[in-house]
Order: sequence, then structure tokens, then C-alpha cells
Amino acid sequence: MDFKVNGQAVSFDGDGEMPLLWFLRDIKGMTGTKFGCGAGLCGACTVHVDGIATRSCQTFMADVEGANITTIEGMADGDTLHALQIAWAENDVPQCGYCQSGQIMQAAALLKENPNPTDDDIDTAMYGNICRCGTYQRIKKAIRDVVEGKVTGGML
Amino acid sequence: MSFQLDNISRRGALKTMGVASGLVIASPIFASGLRAEAMGTAGELVNSAYLSIDPDGTVHIYIHRVEMGQGSRTGLPQIIADELEADWSRIVFEPAYGDTKFGDQNTDGSTSIRKFYDAYRAAGAGARQMLEQAAANHWGVAASDVEAKAHKVHNKITGQSEDFSAFVSAAAKLEAPKGDALKLKSKPNWDLIGKPVRNIYMKEFVTGSSVFGQDVMREGMLFAVAARPPVVGGKITAYDKEAAMAVSGVVDVVELPALELPAVFKPLGGVAVLATNTWAAMKGRDALNAQFEAGDNASYNSDQYEQGLWSAIDGKDITHLNRGDVTAALENAEKTLTADYYVPHQHHMTMEPPAATAEWQGDDLKMWVCCQDPQSVQQSVAPFVDKKPEDIYVEATLLGGAFGRKSKPDFAVEAAILAKHAGKPVKMVWTREDDVHHGYYHTVAAQRVTAGLTADGEVTAWKHKAAYPSIGATFNPAANSPGSFELGLGLLDLPFEMPNLRVDAGDAKAHARIGWMRSVANIQQAFAAGSFVDELAHETGKNTVDMWLDLIGSDRKINPTDDMPNLLPGEGRRSSYGNYGESLERHPVDTARLKAVLRKVADMSGYGRKMPKGWGLGISVHRSFVSYVASVVEVQVTEDGGLNIPRAWMAVDCGVAVNPDRVKAQMEGAVVFGLSHALHGEISFKGGAVEQSNFDSYPMCRIDEAPTVETAIIASDSVPGGVGEPGVPPVAPALTNAIFAATGKRIRRLPVRDQLSA
Ligand code: FES
Ligand code: FES
Repeated sequence: MDFKVNGQAVSFDGDGEMPLLWFLRDIKGMTGTKFGCGAGLCGACTVHVDGIATRSCQTFMADVEGANITTIEGMADGDTLHALQIAWAENDVPQCGYCQSGQIMQAAALLKENPNPTDDDIDTAMYGNICRCGTYQRIKKAIRDVVEGKVTGGML
Repeated sequence: MSFQLDNISRRGALKTMGVASGLVIASPIFASGLRAEAMGTAGELVNSAYLSIDPDGTVHIYIHRVEMGQGSRTGLPQIIADELEADWSRIVFEPAYGDTKFGDQNTDGSTSIRKFYDAYRAAGAGARQMLEQAAANHWGVAASDVEAKAHKVHNKITGQSEDFSAFVSAAAKLEAPKGDALKLKSKPNWDLIGKPVRNIYMKEFVTGSSVFGQDVMREGMLFAVAARPPVVGGKITAYDKEAAMAVSGVVDVVELPALELPAVFKPLGGVAVLATNTWAAMKGRDALNAQFEAGDNASYNSDQYEQGLWSAIDGKDITHLNRGDVTAALENAEKTLTADYYVPHQHHMTMEPPAATAEWQGDDLKMWVCCQDPQSVQQSVAPFVDKKPEDIYVEATLLGGAFGRKSKPDFAVEAAILAKHAGKPVKMVWTREDDVHHGYYHTVAAQRVTAGLTADGEVTAWKHKAAYPSIGATFNPAANSPGSFELGLGLLDLPFEMPNLRVDAGDAKAHARIGWMRSVANIQQAFAAGSFVDELAHETGKNTVDMWLDLIGSDRKINPTDDMPNLLPGEGRRSSYGNYGESLERHPVDTARLKAVLRKVADMSGYGRKMPKGWGLGISVHRSFVSYVASVVEVQVTEDGGLNIPRAWMAVDCGVAVNPDRVKAQMEGAVVFGLSHALHGEISFKGGAVEQSNFDSYPMCRIDEAPTVETAIIASDSVPGGVGEPGVPPVAPALTNAIFAATGKRIRRLPVRDQLSA
């Protein structure tokens, strides 16, 4: 399979049944995409496949042919972080931090599709992303800060 | 205060560190009583729990505790840096590896700040004074004529200022201030303590570059997953090695040593598959078709076991605390009220499943583990690989949540054994199912509370009995009833002034690995106590806040041991009160502080205000880990039993709040944690095996269920108390009390799950 990860051409000729999650983590050594459940239940492994938030643990390598994949490592533009990454920092969202790659990827896909989400839209979009540490209210606030233009991309 | 500081640079440490003339300060670690003088040879100092300063003024802070979301690796450096007058941007944060020279590294029990606040302050203050003295000597003025501020020393006479770097070498030759000579900064001068400093790992977190246990990568490493006996004490009987080896990427299939009970932190046995990636290892494990023999614990079925717990509640009392004469008081009472409470097993369900990486270089073993205590990893691994604990190098990675699970390093032992066998680095990966099936579960508990009341509603007696398998049984099979170390978490220290009070335990044998989970026995004990106070309020027509205030009574400091020698003849045994490892002088059980958080949360939430039909507010309060937290939860229950939880309020008195934003975050997180187990959490056993396996069968609160939490931190000059755990206990009773207020339905058994629509 030939596809792109964060803009770079990649090819893979191994097991087509391998989930993208394990390709990214074990073969590419890109560990920003996290393993939480392996069953599509927690959102920790969320990446963008052609701009759409996708659970990489449920995406087979056989299906990524020609795809453009973006991971958390590809969210920043050089030193300039995505507005959501800055909003996450300004609201001190992370506790342990483990779920946050997936949360940010999910939120980024939401804002791309719907730049003005309501609170209910946010709940619906983020429903699949568990945070065991319970940072949900700050996640909502950080997303709102970006929606309301209070935070833009920049350096951290 | 009397501290023993020691300027270790004077003992030649820096030469070994490759630093020409830096300043290294050690202060004693109080928890272990370790003295600076006992720090061992100079070369070991590089990662001490203290600090060193390079000749260019760069400050190194060696943080000996782990980071699992509680913020200790930010809070502890704040303390040193403040006392040192260091510029935060000129600090290098150095996480410490496992070594007894650091004293207690077990990041558990909400201890990091409360146990090390004094030591970290002393380390910073001592170094600051030495820099000041060196500057005073240089300028030929008195030490009182100079002052350190923002990484500079100022000469008050001449108005000159010089960077710390100008004085490091000279300071390194001075004696560290000792005893009364040590001058801590006073509160008005604090720049960092009490400030919401951003997490030192923030950039890593938001860019995905942080390294958790699951993320460790070593050159040429193999990835392992294992098939373990589903029943504790079970053994593997058959598996198809060839089928597993036939999976592309699988390199080896290795049996793990069978578990000899007691479980402690030993691996569970079974067989591991080693492969070139995790996916191949998982496929290989499926192909094994592993078969097990269950062993004695196959008799463990949660339904039947619950009946046994209630029989124990009806049966013999093992009395741990006895004030007055509860039996007589209940007989003479005008009215009595009794309620039974049940809380099932819970699981930590850390977002990151356990993982450990081991690498042998010749005879040397190095490990990277998402562990709460690197020293416990050393001790647990050592006997299995024939090494001395101190000869194993263990680094604690970041932890993707821990909640007590990752202080049990069974998974690390597996990694070390497999890496030795493979002759290559091995990462032991636990899947989510492994995590749910092979936990150290929060116990399952039955409790009965009985109160005696006068005709006008005064409570004269409280009898509280608890039966649950003890954590002790994981270490000693003879532990067959709750220990005083467990009853001490909210029952032996019930803050009530009534003349007759008794706390009893009932027998309960463990059939699974019982472990501590965030706030431990406070979970079930605060649920029963907090619910029952609400029940008494309802019974007597009082507001629940007033009921609490009546029961707590006067402002005083309680010593639970006063009511311990007074046991009934022939019954029970002498107990003891642990007070979370603190003395009662330093951290009293202070009813005034308890009442203050209760009043505060009632005030913030408008507790007692009129609510629309179907809406309710519930309140509870609890002291744990020497901090005080009160909680109000707001619910709306719809006609068809749907539950919304729009808001919650938390008031916390944790003494000095070193990082108030992290304290708030812990309270917000505690609400979600408490609601998750109260609403959804239940681990059940059938034939000795856990019935749940992933987030579908063991659900957590998701974003739509999480309330907006407002937290008030009580301003306090008291020494810091715990923060990571004390938010949890009052949340579940506040929730179920709110449900009662909204519907009149009393929830006495957790989880709530579908009880509202049933
Ligand atoms: S790891 Fe993919 S959804 Fe949980
Ligand atoms: S920050 Fe720990 S799981 Fe979300």
C-alpha cells in the first residue's frame, strides 16, 4: 500500500489486516497516536484519514491505499501549533495527557466540518473520546475558545 | 523547623558528575528519615531528589515522584524554585530513577506534596542562603545586606545585582545552613507556591511527543502479549505453540512462571507471545488457543458472594472502635433507623493499559515502566531474574493514569523475564482486555448502619459494620476481614460527637487480587456514611447540612484511638488509627475544617434552594488523606428515569494549595471519577473470572455525562494535605442524595445504572 502520513509518502507491504494504529506506533515509531482499547470504544487512537476523524485501531492497512493520514505529530506547522493545541495549553486541559492526542484530533475534525458547533454538537462529536482523568469540562472550554476566536495557533 | 541540609558539592560529588564547580544541595527526606549524610557515594547524586546548580546558573531539580496526571512533577519543583528564587525558565527538570537513596518514591496515597513540602522548601531555601552568603562575602557586606530575587543576588547597599552564576562556585564551598539558620520565605513573598504554574509536560502532551509506558521504543525490541489464567491461582494446561509461531512476525512463545499465592506483585503465569510488532503478538496469542485449569478461586461468583457478605454482616462483630454502649443505647432509643449499602468491585481502568519495557545489556537490566514506584519494580523484579533490587535500573515513564493500579508491577516482572529469555529488549504490552481481566480490584463491600434516635430526632448512637475482602489478603491469605488500615479510611475517624459509636468488621475472604484504588476504602465507607446522614436528615425532617453539623458537633480535634482501648470484653481486638501516615499533631482530625468546607459548598451551590420538579441537590462531606472535601451534585431525573447531571460544586481544604489550578483539576477529575463508578462501575466474577472486558462492559462517564464543576479552595496556612484522592469519596453519596431529593428514590447499592428506570 502507498499512502501519506503527515504529508510524507509511505509504503507498506505487510499484513493488510494490521490496524493502522500498530503500523503508526510499532512500524513507524510514531507513538503520539495512543492505544486505549483496540476496539473503537475510547478514541485514544484517533487520526484523520482524508480529513475525517478515524479510529486507527479499527482501520485496516489494506484500506489506507492512497489515503492522506494526519496524526497528532502532524498538527503543528513547524513551531506553530494548531489553535486547539494552544487552547489546550491555555486551559490546562491535560491531566495525565494520555487521551489528549485523540481528543485534539477529534476536536480538529469537528471544527473543520463545523466551525461553529453548539454545546450539543461538541458533546456529540466528542462522545467517543473517553478521558479517564475527567478533563471534559476543560476540553469543552478549549474548543469554545477556538470557536470564539479567543485563541489562535502559535508557539508554546 | 529543624532541617539538616548538606552541601554535597563539598564532598567531591561534582567531580564525579563532570561539573567543575557547581552547587549541590541535599535535604533530608522526612518520610523515610533518610539523612543527607546517608546519600552514598558522590557519583549517585546526579539524580537525587534535590537540586544542583551548574556554574552557568542552570538549576537542575531532581523530581523523585512520578507524574500520572496529579501534577506532582510540576508542584514539587514549584516549591524548590520558589524558595531558591530561581527563574522557572532556567530550570532543567530531571525525573529520578528508582533508588532507595531518594527515600519513599511510591507515588501513592496522595503523598507527594504533603510528605515532601518541607524537604523541597528546605532544599531551595538552603541553596538560596548559600548563594546570598557567597555574594555577601564577595561584596564584603553582611548577609542581611543582600537578597536573592529572580535568579539574581541584589546588594541592598550598593544597588548592584549579579546573576546566580556569579556565585555558584563560591557558594559550593560553603556550609549548608542548618537548624534555625535555615530561613524559609514567608508567604507574602511566595512567587510560585500558590500559583497556577503550567504543567512542565504541556507541550509534549499537546504535540503527542510525551513518552508513556506504552510508548517506549528500543532498538531491535520485541513486543509481547500474554495469555494469562483468567482465575487467580489458575494454571495453563495446554496451548498450540506451532499455530502461534506460524503467525507472520511471531518470534517466540514463552511460558511465564506459574503464580504461587499470595499474589503480591508476582506475575499471574500463562504464556507470552513475542513478535516484531504488537499486532502480530496479539494474533499469535489468539492462535495459541490457550487452556487453563482454574484452581480454588473458581468458586468465586459475585451473586453468591454477596449473600455471604450479608451473612457476615448478620454474624459475629469484630469491633475496632467503641465509644459508650451502642447496644444499650440502641435498645433504649425511642426510634432506630437501619440501612444496608452495597458497593461492587471497581477497576482502575487507567486510560493507558499497563506496559513495561526491559533490556538486558550483558548482566545489566534496564527498565522503563509506567510505574508509581520504581523501587517497588526493583524489588518485585529482582527475585525473578536473580538480581539485587539495587542493581536494576528502573525509570518511571509518564503514566497514562494510574489510580493505584500501577503501583502493582506484576507486568514489569513479566517484561524482565521475557527480555532475559529473548536476549533482546522486550515491551510487555497489556491490552485493555488484559487490564480488565487481570486487575487488582477495588473491593466489594457490604455495610449496615444503625442509628438510635430520641423522640425529638437527636441521634444518640451510630453502629457501623462493614464486611469486605481486605487488601491485606493480596499479601497474606490470613487477612480475612477489613483491617484497621482500611476502616481507618473514614470509619474509625467518623467525625461524630454522639455518646455511643461503634465500628465493627465482619469476616470476608478474598478470591481475587484486591488492591487499592483512588481513595481506597473511603469509596464505600464515605458512600455509606454520607448516604446515612442524608437518610437521618430525611427521617428527622432536617436539612442535611444541619444534620451533618449536629452530628459533628463542637469544633475539636478528634483522636480516634481514645475510643479504641474501650473494647467489649471477649469481643474484638485492639485497633489502631493510621491517619494516612501522618501524626495527629501535624494533621489533626479537625471538625472545624470539616464544617467549614461543608458550609462553603452549601453556600456556593445554594444548597436548600427550591428546585423544579424532577430536580435535586445532594450534599456530602469527607476527610481523607488529611484533606477536607465537600461536594454538591445537581441532578435532573426525567419521567422515564433519564439522568442529567448539569453541575457539581466542590469545596476543598487541603492546607496550602501549592498549585491551585492542579488542585481544581483534581477536584474536577474526582467528580468524573466518582460519578463513573457510582453510575456505571461494576466488576463481577463468574467461576472466578471477571465478566467485563472493555469500555463497553465497564463504561466510564463520557463528555455528555460530565457536569460543569465549580471548585472553591479554602485559603489556609496549614501544611499541605493530599489532593489526588480526597475529592472522590463525597461524590457518590452527593449524587445518590441528589437523586433522592429529585425522586424520593434511595439508592443504597452502586452502581446506579438502570435503577432509575426500573
Ligand atoms: S484505541 Fe482505538 S478507539 Fe480505543
Ligand atoms: S488526561 Fe488522562 S485520560 Fe484524559
